[in-house]
This record gives sequence, structure tokens and C-alpha cells, in this order.
Amino acid sequence: MSTISREEVAHLARLARLEVTDDELDAFAGQLDVILESMKALAEVDTDDVQPTSHAVPLVNVFREDLPQPSLSREAALAGGPDTAEDRFRVPRILDEEA
Amino acid sequence: MAQPSRIIDKTAAELAADIREGRLTSVEVTTAFLDRIEAVDATVKAFLHVDREGALAAAREADAAIAADEEASPLAGVPVAVKDVVVTKGLPTTAASKILEGWIPPYDATIVERIKAARMPILGKTNMDEFAMGSSTEYSAYFKTRNPWDTGRIPGGSGGGSAAAVAAKMAPLAIGTDTGGSIRQPGAVTGTFGAKPTYGSNSRYGLIAFSSSLDTPGPVSRNALDAALLHEVISGHDPRDSTSIDAPVPPVAEAARLGASGDLTGVKLGVVKEFAEGAEAAEPGVIAAYEAGVEQLVKLGAEIVEVSCPSFTYALPTYYLIAPSEASSNLARYDGVRYGLRTGDDGKHSLEEVMSLTREAGFGPEVKRRIILGTYALSAGYVDAFYGKAQKVRTLIKRDFEAAFEQVDAIISPTTPFVAFKFGERTGDPYQMYLADLYTIPSNLYGGPGVSVPVGLADGMPVGLQVCGPVMGDDIAYRVAAALESTQDTPLADTAPELEGN
Amino acid sequence: MTKLNSYEQAVADYEPVLGLETHIELDTNTKMFCGCPTAFGAEPNTQVCPVCLALPGALPVANKAAIEATIKIGLALNCRIAEWTRFARKNYFYPDMPKNFQTSQYEEPLCEEGYVDVVVEGETYRVEIERVHLEEDTGKTLHVGGATGRIHGATESLVDYNRAGIPLVEIVTKPVPGTGALAPEVARAYTAELRDIVRSLGVSDVRMEQGSLRCDVNLSLNLPGEAWGTRTETKNVNSLRSVERAVRYEVRRQSALLDAGERIFQETRHFHEATGETSPGRSKEEATDYRYFPEPDLAVMEPSREWVEELRTSLPEPPRKRRERLQEAWSLADKEMQSVVNADAVDLIETTVAAGAAPAAAVKWWLGELSRRANETGDELGALAITPAQVAELQGMVDDGRLNDKLARQVIDGVLAGEGSPAEVAAKRGLEVVSDTGALETAVDEAIAANPAVAEKIRGGTHAAAGVLIGAVMKATKGQADAGTVRKIILDKLS
Ligand SMILES: [Mg+2]
Ligand SMILES: [Zn+2]
Repeated sequence: MSTISREEVAHLARLARLEVTDDELDAFAGQLDVILESMKALAEVDTDDVQPTSHAVPLVNVFREDLPQPSLSREAALAGGPDTAEDRFRVPRILDEEA
Repeated sequence: MAQPSRIIDKTAAELAADIREGRLTSVEVTTAFLDRIEAVDATVKAFLHVDREGALAAAREADAAIAADEEASPLAGVPVAVKDVVVTKGLPTTAASKILEGWIPPYDATIVERIKAARMPILGKTNMDEFAMGSSTEYSAYFKTRNPWDTGRIPGGSGGGSAAAVAAKMAPLAIGTDTGGSIRQPGAVTGTFGAKPTYGSNSRYGLIAFSSSLDTPGPVSRNALDAALLHEVISGHDPRDSTSIDAPVPPVAEAARLGASGDLTGVKLGVVKEFAEGAEAAEPGVIAAYEAGVEQLVKLGAEIVEVSCPSFTYALPTYYLIAPSEASSNLARYDGVRYGLRTGDDGKHSLEEVMSLTREAGFGPEVKRRIILGTYALSAGYVDAFYGKAQKVRTLIKRDFEAAFEQVDAIISPTTPFVAFKFGERTGDPYQMYLADLYTIPSNLYGGPGVSVPVGLADGMPVGLQVCGPVMGDDIAYRVAAALESTQDTPLADTAPELEGN
Repeated sequence: MTKLNSYEQAVADYEPVLGLETHIELDTNTKMFCGCPTAFGAEPNTQVCPVCLALPGALPVANKAAIEATIKIGLALNCRIAEWTRFARKNYFYPDMPKNFQTSQYEEPLCEEGYVDVVVEGETYRVEIERVHLEEDTGKTLHVGGATGRIHGATESLVDYNRAGIPLVEIVTKPVPGTGALAPEVARAYTAELRDIVRSLGVSDVRMEQGSLRCDVNLSLNLPGEAWGTRTETKNVNSLRSVERAVRYEVRRQSALLDAGERIFQETRHFHEATGETSPGRSKEEATDYRYFPEPDLAVMEPSREWVEELRTSLPEPPRKRRERLQEAWSLADKEMQSVVNADAVDLIETTVAAGAAPAAAVKWWLGELSRRANETGDELGALAITPAQVAELQGMVDDGRLNDKLARQVIDGVLAGEGSPAEVAAKRGLEVVSDTGALETAVDEAIAANPAVAEKIRGGTHAAAGVLIGAVMKATKGQADAGTVRKIILDKLS
């Protein structure tokens, strides 16, 4: 049985902006144990004084000079938008309150 | 060796030479592959989008440039298929997800710019597991791609479309991307060649991110030399990718040619002791084909040395903390505001609800699952124990492999523990699916190159042998793979059953 | 209606602890992680690219100039510059943030452990800096359908991403106890000092009214000798005066709650410019879980010590040192200098003096007439449509006797109305002191003729009565006569 509750999964789903179904809640609750098992497996490894690795070749100080590059045309920028108005991206009301 | 008469049977290197030397035009070649797609893709379903007009226009330009004696790249005029996770200006790009259905990018990935600059026509965009999450292409939001060797079986994943397109000779070359094995495992199960280059040696700019610190684009082909030529087209430093390595590209084409001479005298090949300990997961047929391949390599002069990478045991758990964590954050941008799907915007729902409904409707189950896993792994108080710990264990894995490469030139293994399975066989159990990547994940973690070369058949299905090299040692992997190919009278990729169609 | 205590009562009973979080937009040519320009006021969504729109596949590359600017700020604030530092992702969904995570810094900020000394009423307060880190700004959202563009009650919003990705430096103080009743003034003085420091570095225009410097004010109260209380965080306090008012308001509000035995919630509050009040932020505040993790798309940073030292030697004179130097050069008393600083007129006066005006005159114009104008319109002094060079020019005309004070004020009207330089305004409006004594004598004669009784009084020795005649002459010459000269002519004629 899963060690992570449905409520906890529901909280994660909300953080991740997923409107999950009850079935999904159950399924994910069971499968989250993969993460816990992974964590348990690694917990036994001694990593004191070990530096983290994020990339194959350690890269440092990768910077760009402060030189302007062409932006997209506004048409191209807005072209993908599901809904635009006044040259901006339109979104429904942001606050979750009765309109 | 006599060249085959059908255009689609020729290797990319042969096609390039024919075009360069005027025996064929790029338009003829490109047309042949487009016709092949028309004939057999209804069966294989490797392509999400075919761009006949764009490909032919690029082919005409390539022909004109070659006729005008412009300096041509070694693959000028040779067409290529591109995995749909790579952004192509003006061509639909969906990462096989409903959430990006209909999105037409306003820019090209760096590797696509390089493909275009090399005058290689782009045939279309290939199918994949949604956002590259999967090992069977069954998680495409659009349709399943079939394995040309047996259309009841999966073509591997996530890059099943690119592998199947090449295996079915709908494209001489394709682009794949590899986060935990997504180029190599499909290569192995479709009898094609796939290379994951050193992380950072191929730009990720324009590659739709799954796991930023693991993703690597690379070539898919029917043989080592073709892959190496494409590798050299797309590789090299890119100032738009902060993780791009600013160093010369290893001479992989030269290495493939050297390997083809069939001499591996003095080359030390490592066999990881701990890989074998996990071998109970591997099918006997796979082991047999692999071991036969090892024998061939020994005959060519290679010396086999056992090496130990004790931290290999931690590779899978490390991967399953890093990849979903990064993915959960990388996929946050799909919110229905700036592009892609929007659902539930009916005036009643708030933005948060619309975002949640959009993401619920737009993502498939495997993507949602990994987002939840990653959100959990990063959530309050866990980041050090989970992601941070995994990054440190990654260091230990890297150290193990670096130590191994002190003793050997390359490490060999089966690419994947099993041959292509039947549709639906493993979708119920994520862990069974994950095992597909058991041998491929380590090189994503330590960052070095890995190639999968067809080595034989098991129950009539292809088996791949993986050659991994040290970081920036891509050339040795190509050399060993090409040497193995030289022992095969007919390239394995050319022994696939002929498909229904033309 | 929120219950408030009187401020005096509140600070008699409780000790305030301040904390300030300041965001400063750098004025680099390009954004933090892409090459888009950063110009203020461009047409919506014209300064965006795949990176700052977070299109699929796009990747960030850090702007070196922004990192240098942040290190300079850190050095100017006496911070330690990290030898190893990296960016982190702060994950949360918001429509003005294209990636739905902010690329920021978490446990490894670029600069740490600094301080700023500020002087309030002759007392020096050391404000300790916890960290200075680099992040990116968000886009701008236009709220439609609600009252006056507010997010509350809006039916939809429109997003412009031009600002998204502009480099933003966040400066966080440690809690500042011990300011007592002067907490509002210390908060203001710190913000002003920070602004002056950053401006002197030339890395941001730090214009609060344009949002290139934004403050969040943290405040808690505790009883003397007891542990610190729960703090509130008042967001987006966008003028020096507002910083002061926000602190004052929270002190009054919190003390009333505490007196009533209620508890203070740790919450985000909003400051209302119009009323000077604060109100709670989002009603359903979800527990924030930003899921910070190191940004895998960016390389770590290891600022070399040579680089840091090179930047250190490039730092300009600190504003405080500069103020001390100027005060001496201008021969101002402490209190006068304090007025100059409070009016935000140091730069203006310095430039005016450099353009040739005497310090006393420059101070007089900026703190007097021009401050009055700025107050009338509610503008910052520096936002007035008159330049220091023009003020110097105006004073030059006064010095030459071409303008008197009254005329000079009329010239200022013209300059502020955009009619040109002082000389141009004077010429266009015909505002010159009449120095033609012939014309003045005629005007005096006419005034004497029209006011025989007054003339008689003056002849009788009542010189004070001359004012009536002077007024008449001034009226006749439309104020363009020099009053002293007129008086002299009158007295000469009537004695
Ligand atoms: Mg911040
Ligand atoms: Zn941009």
C-alpha cells in the first residue's frame, strides 16, 4: 500500500496545476513510492564532502556579452497565443473569487 | 562492393557521394524517400508530419548550390527526418503532445539551423513518446508507431518514430534525442544505429526540454559512418546553450572509417561487472546475440577487461530523482497562455482553473505521472534529500566511470535487456518499462557518449550492442561500432523484412 | 474599519523591528538571459524572443553585465562576494512569469553579509544586509473589467512580456531592531541611501515611479524585552514617502491588534498610495512551496578574485562621503544639508553649481521655488521639466540684474511649460528688468502725479509710504522694474 496519501497527491497536483481525476489520484499515490524507494536506495550512500554533478563537463562562468539581438516580430510573438487582445496575451480572471 | 539499385537502400554516405558527383540529384533522392513514406508509413506510422513541399524546395536549393559548386557539406542534399521534440521554424512541433497541437514555432533549433545550413532537406517530424517520456512510443498522444520488423511490436522509445523511419527506409538519417536511452534503445530494437553524443557537445537550444541535465540530441542511421557524418553536421559549441562545451568535436567520421577497416588491435573494451549482476533482467536471446558480438570484437583484436562500477546500482534511482524533478519544472510553461492548448476558458473558470484544466486535458498519463513524481521530489523539505542527493550520487557514478576509463578505452554491454515487446505488454507496470533503460542510463548520468549498433537477432528481432566512451571520447565508440559492423556480410539493418507497400 | 492606535502611543508601548526587501531593475542593454532590449515604454510584446517568452526549447544565457552590476552593488554594500554561486529555479505559476518559474538564487546568493549606515536625526543606524542576489523580472499585467485596473474584481487580464526577463537585483536586509519611534525614518533613509548608492554605480536609474526600484517593507512589533513578534510583509511600496507611511501605518495597526489581544498573521499586505493604508493580500494564500532547485540550464559561477578586485577599484565615491564633501564645499549647516538630502536635491544642486551658479543660490532655487512647484504637482524634484543647467542660467540672469525674483518665477513658469530656456522664455514673454532710467523716471513722475497725497507724506519724511508708489510703478511696468532702483528714484525726487 502506498505511503503517500491521496490528500498529499491532491496537494501536489494543485502545485503542478493538474486537475486530476479521483482515479488518477489513486494511481499516482501508488506510484509515488518509486520516488521514496529511490530516495531510500540513495540514502545509504555516503556523500559527505561530495560535490554535486549537473553536467558532463564542469562548466563555469558561461556568460553572454550585453549586446542586443533582434526580438521576434510582435505578430510572431503573439501568433501562438490561444487568445490575444490589444497586442497582449489574454487570460481569464487571475483571482479565484466570485466575479 | 556494388551499390544497391534502389535509392532508399543506399547509405547516406553513398547518397551524398552520388549527389555530389552528379549521379543523382537531391530532388531525386528526396522524392524517393517521400514516396517511400507515402507507400509504407500508413503501416509504420513513424511520422507525425511530412513536409513534402518544404523538403523538395530544400532539395532544389541543394541541387542548385551543388551545381554552382558552392562548398557543400559532406551530406549536402541528403534528406533527414527530425524527432518532433526538436523545434522547426514553420513546421508543426508538438513533442507528440496534445498540449502543443497546432503550434508552429517561430524559430529553429540550433541543430536544425545546422541541418539547413548543410543543405539537408527535412522530410518531416517523427513520432515519439509524449515529451520523450517513455521507452515504447506508446505514450504518443497521437498514435503508436510500429516496429518495421514486426508491426505488432513497439519500435522502442522515446524516439520510436525516428528509429522506425530509418529502419523502414523512409529516411536515410534521422535526429533523435536521448535522456535515458531514447536514441539507443529504439536503435537496438529496430536494428538501426543510434548515437547519444557526449552531453553538451550537441546544442540543446530548440530541443523541447525533458530533463535539462540529461537531454542530448544525436543521430539515427543504418550504420556508424552515416551517423558520424550527421553527428559532425549538428555538433559543436553553441553560445545559445550555456551547457554547450566549447571544444573541438571529436573526429567521429574518421573514427568510423578507421573502425570499418576491422582492426581493433590494442583496443581495451570494458565489461562492467555490475551490469552482469543485473543480467537476470536480460532475455537469454539478447545475452546470446551480445556475447556473439563480443566474440567478434575479440577476433578483431580487442581485449576484454572486466571493470567495476559499484555505483551502477544507484544509476536507476538517481535517474528517477533527477529526470522527473527537472521535467516537472520544464513542463510548467505549458499553461495555455502563450501557445498551445487552452481548455475551460468559458468565463466561469479562473485562470488557475483554466491552467489546471488545460494541463489535465493536454498531458497524457505518463507525463502527468512524471510531473507529479517530480513535484513531490522537489516539494517542501525534500530537495536536498532527493534532487541534491541524486546530484551527489551522480558524482560518484561519474567517478566510477572515469576510473573505469582509466583502464579501458570503451565499455560494452547489451543496449537494452530485451527485444521489442508487444504493444501493451509493459504499459501497466512503469518499473518494467524503466528496465529498458537499465544499461543506457549510466552514460546520461556521467555524460559520456554511447552508441547502439545492431549485433544480431533474437527470435527474429534485432539486438543492439552498446559502446560507451569517456566524456568527449565519442570517436572511440564509433570506431568500435564500425568495426563490429565490418564483421557482418550484410548490414543487419538491411535484413529487415520487406514491408507491405510499393 | 481598521482600528489604529496613535503612533506615539504605539511606539511608547511596543518596539518595532524593520526588514526591507528591495528589487532593483538593472539598466543593462539586454535582458538577464536573452538579447532582447530593455527600453522602458516600448509597444507591448515587441521586446520578446523565444527565451523570454519561454517558448518550448529555448534556453537562457546569463548576461555578464548584470552579474558585474550585482557584484558592484554587493561591494558598495560592503558584502562578501561568493566564490561559488549558482542560479536556482523558484517554481510557482503566475501568468506574468513565462516559464512558470523564476530564475533566481536560493542558498547561494552572489553577495552576502554587508551593511549600510544611515543617519537619522544625527544618529547613525547600521542596517545589515543579509544578501544581494540576481534574478529576473516578470511581465506586466493589465487588469480589465474591475475597478480602476485592479486585480480584484477584474474579469480578465492582458499580459505584456516586454519586462519579463529584465535583470532584477534583490537586496534583503537582516531584521533591524532598535530604531524605536524612528523606524519609519530609518526605513526611508535606508531606501534613499540604497538608491543613491545604486545610482552612483550607474547600474540602474532607480526610478521608483517607473518601478525600477521597488520596496517590500517587513514589520513586526514586540513588547520591550520580549521576543520579536510576527511580521507582515507589505509589498510594492513605491516612493520614499510611502516607505515611511507604510511603516507608520503597520505600527499603528499592529499595535491596536496586539492591544486587543489579537495575533498578527504572517501575511503579505498591499500598500495603498491614496490612503496610506495597507490591506491583506490574496485572500486564499496557498502555502508557498517554491520547490527551489539548482537551475540545470545554467553553469555555476565562480567570480574570480581578480575580477572582484577589479570591480572594487572601479567603484565611485560612496554617496555618504560625497555628501560630506559637498556639504563642506557648499558651506551648509547639518540641518540645511539634511533638507537637501530629504528633498533628493544633492545631484541637482551639484549639477547646478557645476553649471556656474553659486551654491547658496542653487540651494535656494531647488529647496524653495522648485520644491514648491514639485509639491504642487506631486512630482519628484528631479522630474520637473527644468534642468540644473537652466536653473544656473536663470540665476545668471538674476546676477546680471536682468531678472528680479518675481520675473525669475515667471520665467520658471515658462520653462516648466516647455517654452524653452530661461533666456528664450524671457525674450518671448518680454520679461526683462527695465533698466532704462529714463523710462522709469517717467513712470515715477506719473505715479507721483496720480498720488499727490502719498507724495506729500514722503516729502514729509514718511519714507515707508514709498511702497504705494513703487507698487504703482511696478504695475505700470508689468513688474519688469527693479524695485530697489524705483525706490531710489522716488526718494531722490521727493526729498
Ligand atoms: Mg525575489
Ligand atoms: Zn528575449
